[in-house]
Amino acid sequence: MKVRILVRLKPGVLDPQGRAVHHSLDSLGFEGVEDVRIGRMIEMEVADGTSDETLTKMCEQLLANMVIEDFAIEKLDGEKEPA
Amino acid sequence: MAFKAAVITFPGSNCDRDMAVAIEAVSGEPAIRVWHGDAQLPEGLDFIALPGGFSYGDYLRSGAMAAKSPILRAVVAAAERGVPVLGVCNGFQVLTESGLLPGALMRNAGQRFICRTVELEVANTTSLFTNGFESGQSLRIPVAHHDGNYFADDATLDALESEDRVAFRYVQNANGSRRNIAGVLSANGRVLGMMPHPERAIMPAAHASMGGADGRAIFQNVISGLVAAA
Repeated sequence: MKVRILVRLKPGVLDPQGRAVHHSLDSLGFEGVEDVRIGRMIEMEVADGTSDETLTKMCEQLLANMVIEDFAIEKLDGEKEPA
Repeated sequence: MAFKAAVITFPGSNCDRDMAVAIEAVSGEPAIRVWHGDAQLPEGLDFIALPGGFSYGDYLRSGAMAAKSPILRAVVAAAERGVPVLGVCNGFQVLTESGLLPGALMRNAGQRFICRTVELEVANTTSLFTNGFESGQSLRIPVAHHDGNYFADDATLDALESEDRVAFRYVQNANGSRRNIAGVLSANGRVLGMMPHPERAIMPAAHASMGGADGRAIFQNVISGLVAAA
């Protein structure tokens, strides 16, 4: 089973990287960019029976830092696999 | 009392030798070098130091992988028994990732790696690490980091301040740290994490713009505090 984890900074946590990228987009002339926040995507191949509980524990114990980050777990079936 | 200290080395640590040299310079006893893959610490340690560097190449997040290494379980257990632990720079990141200290160290607000000597103000004067200082005393100690921007939520910051657990503050905040925090203590005051490098400031340098000896006092405080308690 393919699993995709999205790790994002919590709302309210300043994102200096996002702000710098936002600034660069503005300076390239792209208009209407309201906000940029940068996160991390982790793709894993795990055993089919892996429980949501186990995946959540993986995120809480290692993949995300719960002080500053939130995570979302997305299970991908074969046909929707990313290229 | 023979002072028995250990310095933990992870793959990518690069201030471990400096830390060992600093400990020996102040205590007169060579520090024991411990490798990250070791499951156990030497018996009867008086002090554990987690050095600066880029453990595991800063993969995932600074300090995240080191915090899950076998030796860190032993360090956490030792800290819970009251063995003093000092984490500097990457060592501070490891301490927050391991849960021994609250908060997190994020990318510097200005995005840049900062490498220079900064002025710190001593905030806590009662811990093992800081009891030789006067409140508000100024120290000049070098920083060298990309991820030194201390973050914790307001409730955690309020608690740290009301419990007198902010050890040091930046006089001029260069990295965006909340409330200018440069170093944080555990609830029992025996674990200190700090971004500045006291081990790089243990002897006066030939040129006034370099080095300095203000970091030496932090090691002296620990050693004299432990001797007094023994």
